Amino acid sequence: MTAATAGTRPARRKAKVRIGDRVFATTTIVAGSLILATLAAVAIFLVIQSIPALVAGAGELPNEAANFWQYVWPLVFGTVWAAFLALLFATPLSIGIALFITHYAPRRVSQTLGYIIDLLAAVPSVVFGLWGIATLAPFVQPFYQWLGDHLGWFPLFAPPVSGTGRTILTAAIVLAVMVIPIMTAICREVFLQAPRLHEEAALALGATRWEMVKMAVLPFARSGIVSAIMLGLGRALGETFAVAMVLSPAFLVKLAVLQPQNPNTIAANIALQFPEATGVSVNALVASGLVLFAVTLLVNILARWIIARRAAFSGANG
Amino acid sequence: MKLTRIAPLGALALAGALVLAGCASNETAGGTGTTPSGDSSAAALTGTINGIGSSAQGTAQQTWIAGIQTANPDLNINYDPQGSGAGRKSFISGAADFAGSDAALSDEELSGTFAPCADGTRAIDLPVYISPIAIAYNVEGLSDLKLDAATIAGIFSGKITKWNDPKITALNDGAPLPDAAITVVHRSDDSGTTQNFTEYLAANAKDVWTEPSGQTFPYQVGDAAKGTSGVAEATKNAKNSITYIDESGAAGLSIAQLKVGDAFVKISAEGAAAVVADSPLVSGREAGDLAININRTDTQANAWPLVLVSYVIACQQYQDAAKGALVSSYVQYIASDAAQQAAAQQAGSAPLSAELSAKVIAAAQSIK
Repeated sequence: MTAATAGTRPARRKAKVRIGDRVFATTTIVAGSLILATLAAVAIFLVIQSIPALVAGAGELPNEAANFWQYVWPLVFGTVWAAFLALLFATPLSIGIALFITHYAPRRVSQTLGYIIDLLAAVPSVVFGLWGIATLAPFVQPFYQWLGDHLGWFPLFAPPVSGTGRTILTAAIVLAVMVIPIMTAICREVFLQAPRLHEEAALALGATRWEMVKMAVLPFARSGIVSAIMLGLGRALGETFAVAMVLSPAFLVKLAVLQPQNPNTIAANIALQFPEATGVSVNALVASGLVLFAVTLLVNILARWIIARRAAFSGANG
Repeated sequence: MKLTRIAPLGALALAGALVLAGCASNETAGGTGTTPSGDSSAAALTGTINGIGSSAQGTAQQTWIAGIQTANPDLNINYDPQGSGAGRKSFISGAADFAGSDAALSDEELSGTFAPCADGTRAIDLPVYISPIAIAYNVEGLSDLKLDAATIAGIFSGKITKWNDPKITALNDGAPLPDAAITVVHRSDDSGTTQNFTEYLAANAKDVWTEPSGQTFPYQVGDAAKGTSGVAEATKNAKNSITYIDESGAAGLSIAQLKVGDAFVKISAEGAAAVVADSPLVSGREAGDLAININRTDTQANAWPLVLVSYVIACQQYQDAAKGALVSSYVQYIASDAAQQAAAQQAGSAPLSAELSAKVIAAAQSIK
């Protein structure tokens, strides 16, 4: 999140070539090409390994799918749906936390809070998974039961309610907790960059603090918030272990979030099925990985596009 | 932000360290295995063998490895519980010297070649780990549930949904069965436990359990959880829940009695071992291959036909004779009474019957 540098360039002068410059330049070029090579290697591996699954017919693929697309569609849906639900929780929370840290909290509190949020980012996903199974799921199950009993007419809360509480909603809550640190960190940086003069001007014109945030901070930070959401989405799409541990998966597509059978995510499905998979099933799993690769790529392109489109107005991204 | 930048570096460093450590431990492998002279315990064994496979065998393998390595300090055996399928794949491709598997090699796998085995020879299945599978439940106030195969099939296929269903009350006269929905918990990952559970139901309750048996739970019923521990955790945390689980993982849950023949039987290691002892070998295999065709409809007294048999898969003859000698000694040790008892204590498995143990040892001795 560095501010865009738009200074004027000094006139050209012939620079002396120093060894240090050479070494550094070579290092960066090697590093840059290495990441491209790695990505290409991964893509090639995925494509080659996927081919047998892509051409496989009925009876060969797992879950009695007639072709690969039928096999992968519920997984794609589950991946996107779980990530979407997670962002639904995480976005307002992250923006709220970041605003609190930057504009509301006393300085000492905000620093401590910042450290704690960063600490949350360092907790391994297995721990979140364990927390989801052992604490969160039993804790939310009675609420789910209540929702199902009283708001069951609403399609999202349609019964039967899971007896263990390990639904896609629980997985989404766990995912939300996991993406909040990164989203908060980005939002915080962006909010801090909101021009002080604008803020003071807003206050001087008699705006309340909320009005100041609304007028001076949020419009300025919009593209930063979008990129935070996209990064959070990327993490939520790819998260494997926490979902594999928490979610009670089945092979279907549905929107209801309280039921015992939930659409699985691609990454969690690979983690669950790979150890015992043989033959075409392995290829099918790799191919689903390729699909996840594509989905993530799309999300990244989308994020870039949104930021590029907004860059002209804000100048708070890079 | 900082963390995400540092993390890849850390991961790289860690990976590097692991690779180096891997090299280091491989260097000791050499291939200097000494051939045991008839009696496996006579000469101290040296060398390294690697196994990959069934997670059900994981604890038992640890116990056995500790046992044999105490007696042979220069012997190095590694077992990686990645899963049965992964184990068989690794063994076939030569990445592992032996595999642990909850299923015997299929005819299709046997018709192919095995990278670690000498040309023209085949791999053999040696049963080493027997574990009863429990029907475990968590219902407040209900301590001795009795079920038969048809009722279990009904519950797990979603045809019986309430604890006070007439089919359950008929088997449990006077038991405090609640008027509550049954929360079925099953495995979300493919597993040998599911395979054996569904085989049992398919053999004993065909009319109710209409799906074929397999590693994947076939019905869309109830909640799914990952691994034995995940299933145990989910069942413990949910009210009025029921699951099928390796007996060693059922601590803290009540275990249902099973109707076998005309009597209700409590789960026991002896009952499980008795069923395996009473089962014929799969026909048409090599002499040393002891793949078992489990008799799911065994009705002898105290039999527990809901049982999982896990194998060590090894070559009849290894390319590397030193490896062959080590695998041979190791499997002979595994099948011995002492090792089986140790596994029973540590992993809650059922020791092999004396007769089967003798057969496995004889087959292991033929490994070259």
